Amino acid sequence: MKDADKKRLLREMLFARRFEERCYEAYVERNIGGFLHLYPGEEACAFGVLEAARVGHDYVITSYRDHVHAIKSGSDPKEVMAELFARETGVSKGRGGSMHIFDVKHRFMGGYALVGGPFPLAAGIAKGIQMQGGDEICICFLGDAANNQGTFHESLNMAKLWNLPVLYVCENNLYGIGTRIDRSTAVLDQYKRVSGYNIPSAQEDGQDVELVYKAATKAIRHVRSGKGPYFLELMTYRYRGHSMSDSNAYRAKKEERMWSGRDPVIMLRDRLIKDGKLTLKEYKEMDTEVLDEIEGEVIRFATESPEPDVAEVEKYVLAENDPWVRGGVAS
Amino acid sequence: MYWEALRRAHDEELANDPMVIVMGEDIGVAGGTYKATSGLYKKYGEARVIDTPISENGYTGLGIGASFLGVRPIIEIMSVNFAWLAMDQIFNTAAKVRYMSGGQLEAPVVIRSPGGTAHQLGSQHSARMEKVFMGIAGLRVVTPSNPRQAYGMLKSAVRCNDPVFINEHELMYNMKGEVPDEEYFHPLEGSEVVRPGRDVTLFGYNISVHWCLQAAGELAKHHGIEAEVVDLFALSPLDRAGIRDSVSRTHRAVIVEEAEPAVGVGSEVMAIINEECFFELDAAPVRVSALNVPIPYNHGLEKAALPNPQDVVAAVRKMFGV
Repeated sequence: MKDADKKRLLREMLFARRFEERCYEAYVERNIGGFLHLYPGEEACAFGVLEAARVGHDYVITSYRDHVHAIKSGSDPKEVMAELFARETGVSKGRGGSMHIFDVKHRFMGGYALVGGPFPLAAGIAKGIQMQGGDEICICFLGDAANNQGTFHESLNMAKLWNLPVLYVCENNLYGIGTRIDRSTAVLDQYKRVSGYNIPSAQEDGQDVELVYKAATKAIRHVRSGKGPYFLELMTYRYRGHSMSDSNAYRAKKEERMWSGRDPVIMLRDRLIKDGKLTLKEYKEMDTEVLDEIEGEVIRFATESPEPDVAEVEKYVLAENDPWVRGGVAS
Repeated sequence: MYWEALRRAHDEELANDPMVIVMGEDIGVAGGTYKATSGLYKKYGEARVIDTPISENGYTGLGIGASFLGVRPIIEIMSVNFAWLAMDQIFNTAAKVRYMSGGQLEAPVVIRSPGGTAHQLGSQHSARMEKVFMGIAGLRVVTPSNPRQAYGMLKSAVRCNDPVFINEHELMYNMKGEVPDEEYFHPLEGSEVVRPGRDVTLFGYNISVHWCLQAAGELAKHHGIEAEVVDLFALSPLDRAGIRDSVSRTHRAVIVEEAEPAVGVGSEVMAIINEECFFELDAAPVRVSALNVPIPYNHGLEKAALPNPQDVVAAVRKMFGV
């Protein structure tokens, strides 16, 4: 990876970190409602993988922890924040919320709130790609706990059976809501679980964005070359609770300290400083710039945007004026 | 026959659009449990006529995901009892994705499945689930009562941009009936007066339309009561105007359903009658439903649990005091 790209990635990851931290504040201020699942600590996963992908060309689908994946896929952060603020200008027009960020023009196919729900949807998107004959792939990001759903097994089986172009990325943050992985899951290494479906897989340090990028490049090359699905497990950690309603009392302080010592943003920053490509002063300026952009543009846009018109509450339930509903329309 | 009408609709839609696919258990090489896709595997190949693993939620979700990219999947769930396993993807994704994406995505999938009770199939192969599907916003539910509808509804459903659940019936695949020679698209909304009458409306859908017709014949012949029979071929949305118009003509209503009474077609039609035309009524509406029991294996018990045309006749006679 070139130095310029590393510096750009650092800024993007820092932006994502500050964006999510600002979401936390906005939630406390009651500008964001419902459930809110934040990404700090896990940034290297989304950024490393999607840096290796062709964003806007490849399809991306994920769970409810979805803001950052959408932004890296090309979504305008202003429109993502507007969605969280439940505004008409939000990516999903204020109908989705934090867990349902959709931005189909960038091929970001959504955030879904049922754990494991996107597994078969991703395989289906890959089936669509296969039928259209393009070289896109589908990348599905889910947490480790999703692998205990039946959809994990059903989808891996079909993806391999039909040789579908899908990359499953497991962000293993060691907890399913508040239950530690060794108390919920018989096999701790998630990449080993897919060997039963004869799908190639790898495990990588999910805190080091350069290692993630390397592993993802290999994985994506495999999938794009027509060799079928691939499973990439990234070892990571989320700093906050599962959602805002999570007291986060189930984790040892020692464990939290250990992981904060491996912060993906700081690790990349320090590496660039050590290599003489960045100064701490430049980093601080970058941070100020990011904070200003979030406050001056992103939050401002969300705050000033209108809410949806209540008269349109029944819009988007069914297709509008679909002629086939009336039948009798010959082709 | 009904299954031939379905097969023809599959064949025509597969031929019409290369993005149409058919998925389900045993629908390819084996041709389908009820032959609705027989011969199509050979004609269109394994990439479009797809034998799936026995993973109902998985393959239904896969079909939904493919539909996001313009694929038009027809998903056969071999028995509606197995559709419980796919409820997550049907309800949580197909029915809601248009809304929660602010209109960016849609899931134009067709899910066909036989519901109803057949002969001694026992509790876990005798579910009648139409009441569950019709309660969900974002999903269309239709239920063909004859081969013409089976043919025309499947064709319309494939082309419609909403997810459509087609509730078929295990006992109806060999039913005979006219199907137009020319291509035909049946509406996915509305209802049909299949027998006009002036004294009472019998509302049926799917197999119970035939119980209503049988009962209407008997009522006319032996009791001088002219019953109108209305086929509620669309269960979601229900045809409010059609229900109101018929009850406004006959002033009496009996709803006949194969399912248990609670939270069902009968209770919903009664609610619509109350809301639309309460003051037209000459008598309180009545429903004829199954008993609220899991369907038993024993033939006598099974029969006792289910409604039949004689129950419809008895309900109407009681209403008229004759």
